[in-house]
Amino acid sequence: MQPQLFTSWGRLHRVSALALTPASRFDALPLPTTPEISVLPYGNGRSYGDSCLNANGAQINSRALNRFIAFEPDTGLLRCEAGVLLADILDLTVPQGWFLPVTPGTRFVTVGGAIGNDVHGKNHHVMGTFGRHIRQFELWRSDGQRLLCSPQINSELFAATIGGLGLTGFISWAELQLRRIRNPLINVESIRYTSLDEFFALCVASDLDYEYTVSWVDCAGSGARLGRGLFIRGNHAPSSNIPSPRPPKVKTFPAVPPVSLVNPLTLKAFNNAYYYKQLPKHVRLTQHYEPFFYPLDALLQWNRLYGPRGFYQYQCVIPHQHGQEAIAALLREIARSGLGSFLAVLKVCGDIDSPGMLSFPLPGVSLALDFPNRGEKLFQLFERLDAIISESGGRLYPAKDSRMSGNLFKSGYPQWEAFTQYIDPRFSSSFWRRILEHS
Amino acid sequence: MKKILIIGATSAIAEATARIWAQNGEHLFLMARNAEKLDAVAANLRVIGAAKVETYIADINDFNTHIPLLDAAEQALQGLDTILIAHGLLSDQAACQQSVEQTLHEINTNGLSTIALLTHAANRFEARRNGVIAIISSPAGDRGKQSNYIYGAAKALVTTFASGLRQRLAKAGVAVITIKPGFVDTPMTAHFKKGSLWATPEAVAKDIVRACDKRNSVIYTPWFWFWIMLIIKHIPEKIFVKLSL
Repeated sequence: MQPQLFTSWGRLHRVSALALTPASRFDALPLPTTPEISVLPYGNGRSYGDSCLNANGAQINSRALNRFIAFEPDTGLLRCEAGVLLADILDLTVPQGWFLPVTPGTRFVTVGGAIGNDVHGKNHHVMGTFGRHIRQFELWRSDGQRLLCSPQINSELFAATIGGLGLTGFISWAELQLRRIRNPLINVESIRYTSLDEFFALCVASDLDYEYTVSWVDCAGSGARLGRGLFIRGNHAPSSNIPSPRPPKVKTFPAVPPVSLVNPLTLKAFNNAYYYKQLPKHVRLTQHYEPFFYPLDALLQWNRLYGPRGFYQYQCVIPHQHGQEAIAALLREIARSGLGSFLAVLKVCGDIDSPGMLSFPLPGVSLALDFPNRGEKLFQLFERLDAIISESGGRLYPAKDSRMSGNLFKSGYPQWEAFTQYIDPRFSSSFWRRILEHS
Repeated sequence: MKKILIIGATSAIAEATARIWAQNGEHLFLMARNAEKLDAVAANLRVIGAAKVETYIADINDFNTHIPLLDAAEQALQGLDTILIAHGLLSDQAACQQSVEQTLHEINTNGLSTIALLTHAANRFEARRNGVIAIISSPAGDRGKQSNYIYGAAKALVTTFASGLRQRLAKAGVAVITIKPGFVDTPMTAHFKKGSLWATPEAVAKDIVRACDKRNSVIYTPWFWFWIMLIIKHIPEKIFVKLSL
């Protein structure tokens, strides 16, 4: 068998691994004949760092399992194979009045990946994480077992697998409870804010009445501009007779430019322009769900924009107690470095418990942003950001990570040691080895 | 609403084509060897919108099953207006060169079984005086190459048979479509290194559905294989024998 090259969304690594493909969901787990070679599921490769990669091991391609099994239009209960994309689900269910209960910022992830990373979205304060809406799934273990897991059956393995980064086994199919919608539209409000104080006040004022809240923050703004941004909140539109606007046409970023198009020259100008893209302070509109939830999906392979060296994404969550100071400190460091990007997102997470042992969200405030890979300068910035997160009791998101230290991971996820007993002995990942081997 | 029989319905190209037909709300009758795989395919097609999906388990190399199969399809769908023949096996050329038995088995699977089935199907379609018979052949049948001439020979048989059948059935208003997909990224070709000439089953499926709607005669999919094969067919034999295609 020929090894193939695998990469992730940040395009930082290209690793060589054997590619294994299950023939159908009735099969057993395909394994390499050499017992020393570890395996890891690989879905659509949308994790940013190395959590979806297994360098020099084997990767089990879950996209081959991409069939729906059953859908009940009366109850919104959907059963499908783990390689089905969230985009496929939306295509099927939106016309029938059902929507994903939780969706991340891209619809091009697999159901298996959404479970393995226990993804969250703009409605975290109302619906919690993706894993909360999973009724059951089947897990293939390397000893040949095919285990049904649910909150009642094999409940410990269920909790370990949600957010378990693909290490507990291979999910073959899952059952998911969707939520009702009346049309594909979202009523959106966008409000320009000038400071973090104002951002937090908007969160408090919006959390009760708006299912979706998120904000773009200007990570290049310092001094009086520190913590300014656009606060976006929305709800599914009630039934109406307005014809649905068509979703925008999808385009593809054509090639990898020789250098990152995001650099100190473009960064400030873009952020300034974006901040003033709406002239009134408060704008209301009704839009199709695609541009609302998935603005970046309209440009396929937008990750090429960062050039051949790829990019890092850095996403942390800080408990409320230290939230505001820590975010201010992070933004100051980032603005001073001039290394950020324009894709910076600030979001308050709610206090709904995540079902997974290693789920990322916690009650607090989350900051996510991209950094073009600029080598040593960037690593030094990351060290300073890590220190702020560590001091404030926060943690980083493994799905976005390629470089956090083992210590930061272990202090951020105190259940990690209990989690290890559920790891399948044949499963491993580049991320997991890095966390264990480098303190 | 179309009434479509698909032979080899668990193959990647057939399934991708069936998905488009299902989304269009057509009636489907699926035949394959493996019951579990076929059930998975069928369940998905039902969820995504097929008006009807029935399944039939048989081995295409058992020619005695062909008449019962056609009867069952016509009965289940209350008629039949389209057949897609998509079953196949990518021959292990090296193994075939050492084994008459294996060579004949693969010619049976990729060539003779199609001809046997089409003999019955053609007569039924001719009598009804309408319909579409779409057959997946291959550019490999256009000229024998050392890398896959057993597969190619079986497909040449299919291509030539389809050509004659097309001429005969045109008089009865039945379209016979020869489909020649190039390199397609499917489980059948999982062990090949993929380059820029490779297409997805979804792209090929779109071409097949369009060809059936437009009642084309011969299509290469993706289209550029027409030009590739045009060149390959015209390389003088003296030069061709020196190449390593």
